[in-house]
Amino acid sequence: MSKHPLRTQKIAFFLLLVATLLIVVPVGLIVVVIIQKGWPAVNWQFLSEMPRQGMRAGGIFPAIVGTLYLVTGAILFALPIGLLAAVYLSEYAKDNILTRSIKLAIVNLAGVPSVVYGLFGLALFVVFFKFGASILSGSLTLGIMILPLIITASREALEAVPYSFREVSLSLGASKWQTIRHIVLPNAIPGIITGTILGLGRAAGETAPILFTVAAFYLPRLPQSVFDQAMALPYHLYVISTQVPNVDEKVRYGTALVLLSMVLFMNLVAIIIRYRFRKKKKW
Amino acid sequence: MVKFSVEALDIWFGKTQALKHVTMSVREKEILSVIGPSNSGKTSFLRMLNRFNEENPEFRMSGVVSMDGRDVRKIDRETLRRKIGMVFALPLPLPLSIFDNVAYGPRMHGERDNRRVAQIVERSLKQAFIWDEVKDRLHESAFKLSGGQQQRLCIGRTLAVGPEVILFDEPCSGLDPISTAKVEETMMILKKDYTIILVTNNVKQAARVGDRTAFFLSGELVELDATDKMFTAPSDKRTDDYIRGKFG
Ligand SMILES: Nc1ncnc2c1ncn2[C@@H]1O[C@H](COP(=O)(O)OP(=O)(O)OP(=O)(O)O)[C@@H](O)[C@H]1O
Ligand SMILES: [Mg+2]
Repeated sequence: MSKHPLRTQKIAFFLLLVATLLIVVPVGLIVVVIIQKGWPAVNWQFLSEMPRQGMRAGGIFPAIVGTLYLVTGAILFALPIGLLAAVYLSEYAKDNILTRSIKLAIVNLAGVPSVVYGLFGLALFVVFFKFGASILSGSLTLGIMILPLIITASREALEAVPYSFREVSLSLGASKWQTIRHIVLPNAIPGIITGTILGLGRAAGETAPILFTVAAFYLPRLPQSVFDQAMALPYHLYVISTQVPNVDEKVRYGTALVLLSMVLFMNLVAIIIRYRFRKKKKW
Repeated sequence: MVKFSVEALDIWFGKTQALKHVTMSVREKEILSVIGPSNSGKTSFLRMLNRFNEENPEFRMSGVVSMDGRDVRKIDRETLRRKIGMVFALPLPLPLSIFDNVAYGPRMHGERDNRRVAQIVERSLKQAFIWDEVKDRLHESAFKLSGGQQQRLCIGRTLAVGPEVILFDEPCSGLDPISTAKVEETMMILKKDYTIILVTNNVKQAARVGDRTAFFLSGELVELDATDKMFTAPSDKRTDDYIRGKFG
């Protein structure tokens, strides 16, 4: 042991502080720069108008709408399926090798690069099911991408409900399904919602999965049906940053700021929901 | 009248044998105390009656447990558990209001009429001797009650289902002496209408409450006799040692 415990402690504290700052400072800088450079561009017209002059002027309304559609579609698909899968895996499936490998596979799927989901979506939804490049294909692709996230978060939420509650419910003659429906699920909702919203944030921000499946380069009108292509914020940002020459820096950072705000807003909602439920939690 | 009869029962959890060749019966409307040191199989025995052990994938058994002459495994679990209520060692309110805790059972069994549910709740809480303490705060969280009150609430919740038998698994292990006395008193009164099996770590409690007492040791039923007889003249040396506090 060191002869100077106090000094060792100070050094350790200093190193930990430096490590923390190394993470926090760059992230903070990115946010500051985006706000600083993007803020002047963001006004009502920017949010509510069609792009003009080859996307060098006007607004980003169709991209915002497209992203909202895609995220909504992804959740409509992924939440019910993910939740049912999670209930099955944590409440019904027997603990055997098959179940364990499925659980392991799902955890690992969450780490697969998003471009792989993009290719998968292209092959399955665009080509095989002939949905073409459309909101439907894009939503399903994003939905599949966030499924593992939703399943994992829901499973954790379900498994965090104390086993004793289930025993009490069963001991009162409730069936297994009644127990899940009336005791387990209501107490797992905050965790499920948090996982879902984090999934939403991920779906809103990814470019690669929508690249081949839905994203339109430039589409100065709103999509009319789920079989239409749509613009989307992350792809739009990519386009005006790399594909279109002479786009005002303000416009690019403004777009980034809108996307960032959407994602941060969703995360904030997740945090608030979790906090509110935790305060209400009674065990 | 025999309520339960257990014949040549052996059970295992994985490789551990938790009950060894147990044969015994429980009479209608008696209080049977079950005593024995830790890991002697008391809880495992109790959970045979309401088929709770079957929730464990490691569980295996041979032998027969029957209720009113019918093999419990031929009765579906929900029906069986409506007839056999269970009160756990720790007070375990559900994360609901006091009222909803008691209403939970009847509602799960299809009682939709709110007036009737309210009647059942009131009657059950009165039977558990906690009505006066909670009648003005029925819609508060059950977690706001004291430990002893929570345990009597749990008894009321069990009664609301309308059982014939109540299993108590060390119901006073987490309670202070005054709450313990109240719970014991409740059991003595319930005895008129229900068959009660009380697992307890507390030998004195078994002597105070039980009509008959069963002594388990390492999964074996060593002795089962009238409580007076068991505590004055046990027929097995090991029973004598245990109730004198020589081990366990
Ligand atoms: N779910 C289980 N899985 C594996 N083994 C179990 C399980 N439940 C009980 N056992 C084993 O069965 C034996 C009897 O346990 P049981 O819980 O019935 O004892 P007990 O008399 O109730 O003890 P205590 O006084 O500590 O509650 C023990 O050896 C225990 O390890
Ligand atoms: Mg026990």
